[in-house]
Amino acid sequence: MTSRLQSARQTDSVFHTEDLNIYYGNFLAVRDLSIDIAKNSITAFIGPSGCGKSTVLRCFNRLNDLIKSFHIKGKIYYHDQDLYASEIDPVEVRRQVGMVFQKPNPFPKSIYDNIAFGPRLLGYKGDMDELVEQSLKQAALWDDVKDKLKAFGTDLSGGQQQRLCIARAVAVQPDVILMDEPCSALDPISTLKVEDLLQELKEKYTIMIVTHNMQQASRASDYTAFFNVEANSKGQRTGYVVEYDRTEVIFQSPKEQATQAYVSGRFG
Amino acid sequence: MASTTDHSSPMNRKRSATARSIDNGFVWGTAAVAIAVGLLLVAIALRVGTDALPAIQKFGLGFLVSNRWSVIDGAFGALTQIYGTLVTSFIALLIAVPIGVGVAIFLSEDFLPPRIKQPIVFLVELLAAIPSVVYGLWGIFVLIPFLRPVGIWLNANLGWIPLFSTAPAGPGIYAAGLVLAIMILPIIAAISRDAMVAVPAELRQAAYGLGATRWETIFQILLPAGFSGIAGGVMLALGRAMGETMAVTMLIGNSNTIDSFSILSQGSTVSSLLANQFAEAGGLQVSALMYAALVLFGLTLVVNVLAEIVVRRFSLKL
Ligand SMILES: Nc1ncnc2c1ncn2[C@@H]1O[C@H](COP(=O)(O)OP(=O)(O)OP(=O)(O)O)[C@@H](O)[C@H]1O
Ligand SMILES: [Mg+2]
Repeated sequence: MTSRLQSARQTDSVFHTEDLNIYYGNFLAVRDLSIDIAKNSITAFIGPSGCGKSTVLRCFNRLNDLIKSFHIKGKIYYHDQDLYASEIDPVEVRRQVGMVFQKPNPFPKSIYDNIAFGPRLLGYKGDMDELVEQSLKQAALWDDVKDKLKAFGTDLSGGQQQRLCIARAVAVQPDVILMDEPCSALDPISTLKVEDLLQELKEKYTIMIVTHNMQQASRASDYTAFFNVEANSKGQRTGYVVEYDRTEVIFQSPKEQATQAYVSGRFG
Repeated sequence: MASTTDHSSPMNRKRSATARSIDNGFVWGTAAVAIAVGLLLVAIALRVGTDALPAIQKFGLGFLVSNRWSVIDGAFGALTQIYGTLVTSFIALLIAVPIGVGVAIFLSEDFLPPRIKQPIVFLVELLAAIPSVVYGLWGIFVLIPFLRPVGIWLNANLGWIPLFSTAPAGPGIYAAGLVLAIMILPIIAAISRDAMVAVPAELRQAAYGLGATRWETIFQILLPAGFSGIAGGVMLALGRAMGETMAVTMLIGNSNTIDSFSILSQGSTVSSLLANQFAEAGGLQVSALMYAALVLFGLTLVVNVLAEIVVRRFSLKL
């Protein structure tokens, strides 16, 4: 099948949204989102709980499609293709836009099979052993597990599991990797490992990361979007982007008072 | 802390003596019930065992491989019944497992809106509530007449296969197996569905997030993750099928000899044998029946132990 997704990737912006409004049923979860995601960069989403960061992130790989009440108004472009056009197959989108979740979720299979799952789906014909090794190395997990690839992924420590999930996402060589609070269950050392990893990964991939850790956003990202949430007249708490800029700007000289308050910890 | 003895505090932090004794009583009570159930099982096995002793001494293990059940000659062997029990249960599983697991998949995914799905779930479970004598009657009046032409065709065209080598005679092993399949279907469907629903949503998301389709997700992630639950359900169903008496007795034809492997021929199971003969039995026959019961007991035990091993061996840690 020749999908429109496979056409050339020319532009510097990977994603581009126009007046995006995201709904769960009648509930407007996020409004008026117009944002550009630069290629080979790390973009951080920060903001208080419930402001719709995860909701936005999961729009980019169409994972929200699994939720019946979910729908959008407005447009999301992926390399100039309308991501929600009827001829786009969400499964193909997810093969190019990988995801790492907040809670480590390795499959109850061996470490090897966890990594090989995605490539097998895509009919990978190359040397699987090598791909597994490469992916584990990229996720800084190879030294921990190289002697026990047959062991269950679910038997690893939390931090190792999360790196396994990152390796699993990397193994299919996606175009973009979405990460929803990938370090929230990790200790500081594992967190730093993952952050180092991000810097390496961005050479090849475009990364979008949700985080509640201000230091992580300021250390690890190139761009930062600050989300906030406001109740409207009907009492619906709708999220929106207050400010979106280079990370230094957001953290050192934000234009909005609310951003300043949030990044310096004087929020609410 | 001082506050625990502070009676002016509005909170009462002390447990009263009654609360404690209720707690302890509960622990002892549940332990007593658990032990009583175990003792009951042992008592039944002992009683059946002692009653079977004369037959065990007379026939030994030959009982298991002889297919002669003759009250007049006082010669008893349960091979026909053991064979019948295993074959009917196997037919039932062969039909009910794929359908039951299929139903479970269908009802655990979001193919249907909940408004339609819930009644279907309920109806499937209701199948288990139909008394087995009703299944027996249905088999006699609906299923057997309906299947007769099928059986005749099978025998005429595929008669060279030992399974179809006899002409159908109305009731028979096939009819008992089919009705057993329907009877155990709800057990398999309900338990498998619970197992599938219990698979953490994160695994599903992980699979979808890697670009798996719905079918790839179901067959490569959800079914393996729910395997131990599904296997448990299947084994429970097998136990039920091996012990089912009423419907089988009404449908299997109750022939005490096997002369072919044909599923179209009449046969009997251990439980149908017991149901048929117990009322008028005397002497060594009673003992032989008890021996047969003990064999059934043993078969079910073996199945359950195997089930436990399979489930332990393949259950995936979540
Ligand atoms: N499946 C759903 N159905 C209905 N409403 C939902 C659903 N998922 C999220 N929401 C709502 O959308 C809003 C945004 O939720 P979201 O999970 O995107 O927030 P978040 O910014 O990621 O929060 P957190 O930082 O706590 O993870 C919340 O009001 C939430 O209740
Ligand atoms: Mg979130």
